[in-house]
Amino acid sequence: MAAALFYIFAAITLVGAIGVVMAKHIVHAAVQLLVALLGMAGLYFLLDAEFLAAAQLVIYVGGTLVLIIFGVMLTSHLGTRLMRVGPGETAIAVLTGLGLLAAIVTAIIHTRFPTPPPSVEPDVTRRLGVSLLGDYLVPFEIASVLMLAVMIGAAYLARRRPKDAA
Amino acid sequence: MTVGLPHYLVLAAMLFAAGIITVLTRRHAIGILMGIELMLNAANLNLVAFNRFSAVGKLDGQVFALFVIVIAAAEAAVALAIFLNFYNNFATVDVDQGNELKG
Repeated sequence: MAAALFYIFAAITLVGAIGVVMAKHIVHAAVQLLVALLGMAGLYFLLDAEFLAAAQLVIYVGGTLVLIIFGVMLTSHLGTRLMRVGPGETAIAVLTGLGLLAAIVTAIIHTRFPTPPPSVEPDVTRRLGVSLLGDYLVPFEIASVLMLAVMIGAAYLARRRPKDAA
Repeated sequence: MTVGLPHYLVLAAMLFAAGIITVLTRRHAIGILMGIELMLNAANLNLVAFNRFSAVGKLDGQVFALFVIVIAAAEAAVALAIFLNFYNNFATVDVDQGNELKG
């Protein structure tokens, strides 16, 4: 059952990822990215990371992706002009990606991973909260300062300047 | 056949390769950002899978993944602000056009 679910979610994720690579139009790529992110959320559920799956859905699918689609809409009166590199560069890029994939897969095949008995861990979310406000308190606070800086910085960068500034 | 750690790692490697190819083949700035999101997700999948299969009783990998998600959102916000600015100045989001500093 779990194996079947893994293959289903993995297929969804891979279809989305390959769709992002192949999509002609940038809006289609955004929709394929949505599919890939949904598949990732399913995989997090399978890995007993319920909170992370929910966070993936809320932050990535609900936040980042909406932001990306807004960006596409605000910057495209360009029509459907294809913005890709030439065929030679595409070949180099594909070779680079596939070579990297082959190297990583070879390394994974030749590594013997420890296999402890997979245990079902109770109340992951509560322990996640405790460790965020315990062991990881300093990174947590730094992240909140980062969010403030990002909020101010993004508003500053994206504001509309008066024309005479240029 | 049971699904173990190597399955997740191979899937993450495929996602990472897809992200690399997306970044290298697109000239649309937002397309490049999508490739980066794919690569960050691949790294996240690795973190969570290792946490599940080889760190029994600990949640460090999930905490790391949570921070990666947060920082990816922050990065996307700043990147899109920069793209809007770029678009206002150059009327395009083709990264090849941003060569003002080229000597």
